[in-house]
Amino acid sequence: MLLKININQTMKKYIQKAVARRDLLKGGATLATGTIAGWLGGTRKAWAASHSDEQSMQPKMQHDHSGMITVGDVDSSFNGFDPSELLTDWDSGVVTTNAQGETIRTFKITAEDREIEIAPGVTFPAWTYNGRVPGPTLRATEGDILRIVFNNHGSHPHSLHFHGIHGASMDGMAGSGLIDPGDEFTYEFKARPFGCHLYHCHAFPLRAHMHKGMYGAFIIDPDPSKHPEHEDVAKSRLRGSPENTNWQELVMVMNGFDTNFDGENEFYAVNTVAHHYMKHPIRIERDRPVRIYLINATEFDPINSFHLHANFFDYYDHGTTLTPTLKTVDTIMQCQAQRGILEFSFKDFETGKYMFHAHQSEFTELGWIANFDVVEGGI
Amino acid sequence: MNNRSLILPLLAPLLLLGLAFGWLLQSNTLNIFDSSAPPAEELTFETVYLDADGIHMKMRAGGSEPMVIAQIQVDSAYWKFTQTPAGPIPRMSSAWVNIPFPWVRDDAIALTVVTNSGTTFEHEIEVATPVRGGLSGSLRAQTLLGAYVGILPVLIGLMFFPLLRRLAGPGMQFVLSITLGMLVFLLIDLIGEAIEAAHESAAAFQGTTMVLIVAGAVFLVLIGIGRRHGTPSGLALATYIALGIGLHNLGEGLAIGAAQATGAAGLGAFLIIGFTLHNVTEGIAIAAPLVRTKPTLLIFAALAILAGAPAIIGIWLGAQAVAPQWTTLAFAVGAGAILQVLFEVAAYIMRQRSDDKGGTDWAIIAGILVGLIVMYVTGLAIKV
Ligand SMILES: [Cu+2]
Repeated sequence: MLLKININQTMKKYIQKAVARRDLLKGGATLATGTIAGWLGGTRKAWAASHSDEQSMQPKMQHDHSGMITVGDVDSSFNGFDPSELLTDWDSGVVTTNAQGETIRTFKITAEDREIEIAPGVTFPAWTYNGRVPGPTLRATEGDILRIVFNNHGSHPHSLHFHGIHGASMDGMAGSGLIDPGDEFTYEFKARPFGCHLYHCHAFPLRAHMHKGMYGAFIIDPDPSKHPEHEDVAKSRLRGSPENTNWQELVMVMNGFDTNFDGENEFYAVNTVAHHYMKHPIRIERDRPVRIYLINATEFDPINSFHLHANFFDYYDHGTTLTPTLKTVDTIMQCQAQRGILEFSFKDFETGKYMFHAHQSEFTELGWIANFDVVEGGI
Repeated sequence: MNNRSLILPLLAPLLLLGLAFGWLLQSNTLNIFDSSAPPAEELTFETVYLDADGIHMKMRAGGSEPMVIAQIQVDSAYWKFTQTPAGPIPRMSSAWVNIPFPWVRDDAIALTVVTNSGTTFEHEIEVATPVRGGLSGSLRAQTLLGAYVGILPVLIGLMFFPLLRRLAGPGMQFVLSITLGMLVFLLIDLIGEAIEAAHESAAAFQGTTMVLIVAGAVFLVLIGIGRRHGTPSGLALATYIALGIGLHNLGEGLAIGAAQATGAAGLGAFLIIGFTLHNVTEGIAIAAPLVRTKPTLLIFAALAILAGAPAIIGIWLGAQAVAPQWTTLAFAVGAGAILQVLFEVAAYIMRQRSDDKGGTDWAIIAGILVGLIVMYVTGLAIKV
């Protein structure tokens, strides 16, 4: 009688149901081998020898995190984008002024299918905006007139659906900018409300178009003249203003990739490449404040989160206020499409590596973990 | 026919075959079969063991193209690993992977290999137990265990010989039929095991087909050898039964060894007793054809070793975590041997009753059923 299968199956059930039971049986194994050795004239030495061998067989590795990371590094030239550069790669469009003196920003976005490397050695057949995931970070000022010229060079119908205020005809749904491959559409609306927003494709099935990589940051800076009560804060948020230049601003889009089509992500990251900022820490000058535009574009999981080590931040949910919605926190969570602004500083801190990561261990260990490298400098 | 007239009939079909291959490789006509569809991927965890350096696993590639192991998750976390030899693994080749993972004894460990396309292959270590190196120390214990579950029970079974001798014609038919029933049970069991192991081995080995082909081939060869000097009976038949059961016990040993090595099974004392009881019945099966002969004690001992000792070898090999295709092969050989014995015992029984008038022989039917039931019931003890 062969027992392998019987026992394997039985054992699996035992393991699932009762660990204690398993331990009992395992104890029996050693006992049985040892006992028989004894019965048949063997001495206890055989048992003792194998037992002490087992002790020395315990792993000698350190229980640190040095081994817990993906192997290798992603080829940014293959991808055509480098997550380290995405952090500060703002697309402010082509600026013109109309007869009324209003600022018009014109952006060009093209949808295209593209294979990208999302972790070292692992490629993913993505659908992209301008060949990158996340798509370009659009940045405008409250009240600007935005024109986004959208070309679909992909293999499926796509759209741009902006989280912002716009008319029904500009919503990125069927009849309002959801276009077939080869077509072009221009979205036009005013930039409002100010805040940290996003855009994404709204073709159905939404889940597929989201997780294939069709999303990007859409940041509207407040117009200080419209916010006299918090003019200084508004100025610090307005890209290009003297008050803004001291800030170290970073855009981070939390995302994940399901590479084996099982409806669960195999890789998690900020800005697509798992573990990228562990291998290439983000340089932060200690005395200059940090502002992160954080957006959750993760598909399949209801929430994602952000946790900063050794420091606390103020949080502006959606970025639509000039006073924090949460003060002095070190962890926030976001559902899909939720976003916000984090503000903090390492002033007076020790220099060195400061980690940040999702505080869902699963996401952390599957790639969403990163380091700031805080160095002297600033002001 | 002269040599020349042979050339054309031989060359023509070969030439056509060559042309067909050439056309396939040259033209794109058949490319619809490998167009844009992603290549089929297949990776098999052949051997997995744990030691002080972490997790070791031997990965065999199947599929249509060389396999690239891009990343590896241990318990849903990415871990660094090294691969030897490095690089893509060609089809049917294998590579060793080492993950310096600080495993914890008795934990379950889930392994997920992610290929360059993001496809995943999973394996579960049910109970983390160190093996290899640690085995040498327990070699003696393994040998004793093998002798205990293999040789000892067969010897005990053979001790029923004097009792068997006193049986009259129908009684003997009954006992031989019990043997027949037991063999049928063992055959079903072995083929089941073989196919199960076949599923664990790389697809390219075509495990299930291999099982049937090997079992069939072994059956035919053994029949051929066994019947060189006419149909076997007496000691010859007993020897073949012992050989068949021995091969079966080899598989049993493999299973015990593997269960201990992988930590999948706690081989409690009551399981060992179950095995032993089970194997006692095998001794009776070997003794049955000997009743009309006068075997010496030496012959009994030799038969017991032939039938039982393979269990020891099986445990040794099983503990070394042999790759599933070898286990499949061993099981298939065993199945073929059992089939031959089954065939010969059935023939022997039929010869014994050739002088009968015919009609239903209840002794035989009852014997077969008893044999099946005894094996099943003692099997229950093992299942627990
Ligand atoms: Cu789309």
